Amino acid sequence: MPNSPERPRRITLVRNGPVLVEGPVEVTGDDGEVWVSDRFTVALCTCRRSRRYPWCDTSHRRPTGQTHTGESRSATRTQRHDGGDDR
Amino acid sequence: MTTVTDPPLPRPRGPLSAAVIARLRTERGRLPPDGAIRRADPYGADLQTALYVLYELHYRGFEGVDDGLEWEAELLAVRRPLEERFLAALRADAPQTGLRDTLAALLAEPVADTGTDVSRYLDHHGGLDQLREYAALRSLYHLKEADPHAWALPRLRGRAKAGLAAIEFDEFGAGRAEDIHAQLFADLMTDLGLETGYGHYVDLAPSEALATVNLMSLLGLHRRLRGALVGHFATVEITSPPAARRLTEAMRRTRAGPAAERFYAEHVVADAVHEQVVRREVIGGLLHDEPGLEPEVAFGIHATAQVEDRLARHLLGAWQAGRGALREALPPAV
Repeated sequence: MPNSPERPRRITLVRNGPVLVEGPVEVTGDDGEVWVSDRFTVALCTCRRSRRYPWCDTSHRRPTGQTHTGESRSATRTQRHDGGDDR
Repeated sequence: MTTVTDPPLPRPRGPLSAAVIARLRTERGRLPPDGAIRRADPYGADLQTALYVLYELHYRGFEGVDDGLEWEAELLAVRRPLEERFLAALRADAPQTGLRDTLAALLAEPVADTGTDVSRYLDHHGGLDQLREYAALRSLYHLKEADPHAWALPRLRGRAKAGLAAIEFDEFGAGRAEDIHAQLFADLMTDLGLETGYGHYVDLAPSEALATVNLMSLLGLHRRLRGALVGHFATVEITSPPAARRLTEAMRRTRAGPAAERFYAEHVVADAVHEQVVRREVIGGLLHDEPGLEPEVAFGIHATAQVEDRLARHLLGAWQAGRGALREALPPAV
């Protein structure tokens, strides 16, 4: 069982992406606000751009410009990809 | 207590589908010869309807059609050249880009509206008429959401199996029937005044919509295509959150209703998790076990993009010209 005392809860750090935490979770904010999810895993936003904060909504994905030369697209491609980077 | 009724057989859209449908209805009659199938348009309405009907025998079947026909040898024998024709076209049209670049391109979210994205169009311009048409044609998949991918489970092991099973558990409501994603979609359809019967809108769906559903069935039913099925699943999960966010906005702006908003709002957050798990565990686990499948995973992504692009061109072409995108106008909201 993910949350049994015999085994610690697994948290996965995604470079340039969210933090994955095995659920269920209760997340508390600075102002005492509480968010609850019983999903098997949750993705917590770390870029602070999510419109569904504290949950990730994939807003961390770097937007690419639609250029005719395709420069920004290819730049994005070459920056990936070791499998652990989300951009 | 409600009784689930089997969907009705679709209407034929040409000689191939007419022969297949007649055989299912009467259990007699000649099935199409190989030559006719080889000459058919692989993306055309006739071949896609014939395939759709044959594939549905593996899901929910049809009213008045013997369930035993699912494994009837002559029907399987005619399905094979139909799907080989479709698969050969998908392979011929797929670019040879490797998996790494293919995944990176999927993860790149364009800033500007290029005018080729259905969710952006619906977000900016979609009225209730377009949203109802979109829901009606997507219902052919969303009313069996995640079902085709469940066929991959016995063909995977280790991390890939555990990751896919966890996602599917979420898709199937995590133990609560009212939260099954197919049920959330039925609730959305109710908000939009649509019929929620499984397969109800098949006769209104353009061939481009049938092809998106047939692709999943094709990949799901063949173990040899398991790598491509995983690629399909990854495409769906990776591209879903930004599109679902825009569709949530469209539903809100048009006051479609709370269930209509909820379906897409749930997919923003759920699929932001699923896409991480599918890339790390399902693709990562599969390629650890079977590294030779990497080109197949990329093919699955390309094939999905291809059928989705064809559907997007059809929908946007119709809507931008002020026409409906279905084969017949939808009845007014019930």
